[in-house]
Amino acid sequence: MIQIKDLHKSYHMGSNSLHVLKGINFNVKEGEMVSIMGSSGSGKSTLLNIIGILDEADSGSYVLDGVPIKNLNEKVAANYRNKFLGFIFQSFNLINYKSALDNVAMPLYYQGIKRKERIEKAEYYLEKVGLTPWLNHLPSELSGGQKQRVAIARALASNPKVLLADEPTGALDSKTSQEVMELIQGINDEGKTILMVTHEHDIAQMTKRIVHLKDGVIIDDSPVQQVRASVYV
Amino acid sequence: MFDIERWQEIFETLRKNKLQTFLTGLSVASGIFILVILLGFSSGIQNGVKSQFERDATNKISIWAGRTTKGYKGLNPGRRIQLKNQDFNKLSNDYADFLEYESANYMIWRALVNYGKESNNYRVWGSLPDYQFIENSDIGEGRFINESDLNNSSKVAVIGNKIKQDLFKGEDPIGKHVSIYGINFKVIGVYYDPGGEDEESQIYIPLTTAQKSFNGADRINNMSYTVKMPQNFDKGVELSQNITLAIEDQLKQMHTVAPNDIGAIRVNNNLEEAQKIFSLVDVIKLIFWFVGIGTIIAGVVGVGNIMLIIVKERTKEIGIRKALGAVPLSIVGMILQEAIFVTMFSGMFGLILGLGLLEVIGPLVKNDFIKYPQVDFNTALTTVFILVIAGAFAGFFPAYRAAKIKPIVALRDE
Repeated sequence: MIQIKDLHKSYHMGSNSLHVLKGINFNVKEGEMVSIMGSSGSGKSTLLNIIGILDEADSGSYVLDGVPIKNLNEKVAANYRNKFLGFIFQSFNLINYKSALDNVAMPLYYQGIKRKERIEKAEYYLEKVGLTPWLNHLPSELSGGQKQRVAIARALASNPKVLLADEPTGALDSKTSQEVMELIQGINDEGKTILMVTHEHDIAQMTKRIVHLKDGVIIDDSPVQQVRASVYV
Repeated sequence: MFDIERWQEIFETLRKNKLQTFLTGLSVASGIFILVILLGFSSGIQNGVKSQFERDATNKISIWAGRTTKGYKGLNPGRRIQLKNQDFNKLSNDYADFLEYESANYMIWRALVNYGKESNNYRVWGSLPDYQFIENSDIGEGRFINESDLNNSSKVAVIGNKIKQDLFKGEDPIGKHVSIYGINFKVIGVYYDPGGEDEESQIYIPLTTAQKSFNGADRINNMSYTVKMPQNFDKGVELSQNITLAIEDQLKQMHTVAPNDIGAIRVNNNLEEAQKIFSLVDVIKLIFWFVGIGTIIAGVVGVGNIMLIIVKERTKEIGIRKALGAVPLSIVGMILQEAIFVTMFSGMFGLILGLGLLEVIGPLVKNDFIKYPQVDFNTALTTVFILVIAGAFAGFFPAYRAAKIKPIVALRDE
């Protein structure tokens, strides 16, 4: 599903340059659930952003579902993001003046789907994450866990090939984190490819493979015996 | 296409920025309001000036004689020049191809006119039948003097509407007799003149009758002509100027007046005056447009400013939208639609307020030079078009900025 070869990325600040990713080689198969771990500044979020076509690598190659991702203009990049990828952010990134339902329906709006169908699909995914009673509530009326569930429903709404989660439990308490991880594991069980950045070892243990990054280099990439989130509850 | 979500977003954004939106809307509304009022008054000035020229035909040339101011060919200055029938006949003959209406006039200044017990002083003109058209007079009742009256030196009179009101007090004047310095004239017509009361306080009688009855012999006080107008106004002005100069030269030669004597023969060309005044009105109109557009630009800069603030405040949201698949064009469309809506809504408010005010105060304006200040449909349509362009312009730079923001940069914005 994802093939990355010799990926490099540097950030330039004035005359200083920070080499964040130093030749990353990395593949993810369809249906895998992979966590990327590393300390702050290791390059894990940068790698996720490049995979999410939110940022661009300086060199190397990245192929997503057979499509080489390179030198895309913003329109094409936006279409790929909409079609292939679903995002779950640490800070939820919901639009605060839209209801849970409208937030979830938003990716479908950019697919040009009619409102009636958008609403039906959004209701379906909110039901899937257990938020049917909260459809018409604004994000400000929801708890942290509920917000992240809305974000997960939004990520699933466009039926993407890959879910990208950047510290999805970073802003949640431990109990809620387990609930969210249980939900994510369930999504993976249905065959969705999931790539998750986390710095929490317990959370990473709930995926099937852990990739360790240090100073922009993969120092370890090994499968783990997945721990089911429900065990923690 | 109507997109309810887009409109919900616009109203939500405006609600979040109430004060800025109100102040910006106010500046656009006042800009359009000022523009409409200025345009209304420029049209009022145009109407006023036009009505001033409607007193007489615009293409009128009138010729008066006075005293010489310079000595010439042994003759002393201060000599009085008297126009006569033969001068009129000569000019009418020489310029027949270029002239439309013509009249020689003998005038009795402030003649005492009586009807029954009513009396007053009025100006009496001995004229030719064409004078009706030269003076732009409309016959309301009866008829104007004709060739037969002229040939028979009939004692008939056409009175102005004001005289009818003054002397006849609601009575039908047609067929009645008025006395001018004790000589009875039968009233054959009543005329109306767009020039107003002053122009309607005169009496027309046949030239031949006036000369015979009031000791005029073959003397005339002035001559009036209208020029045959070609299709092109500027060519008409040129033709009129040429005829004016030629007539002036010819009369000076006929009466042995120095070519540079400006007092003895005076030829007034209405068309030339009209062109000058209309050019001035055009300049005034241009200045009004300039001032109005200037105020709109100030409003548009305000809208642009608030849109920049809104884009800045919504940077993260723009990032989220881009992450979810929003293409740059949809972001541009969102910002532009918002800017055009704010500009259009407040602009329309200013437009309606301006039109309403003109509608209310228009009829109350009583000034010879400002009449019926109003804005026509085309001008209103033009201002609406300007509003759309202005709104799009105001939104363009903020929208461009929003479209250019990289998604990852936008998402990091706090």
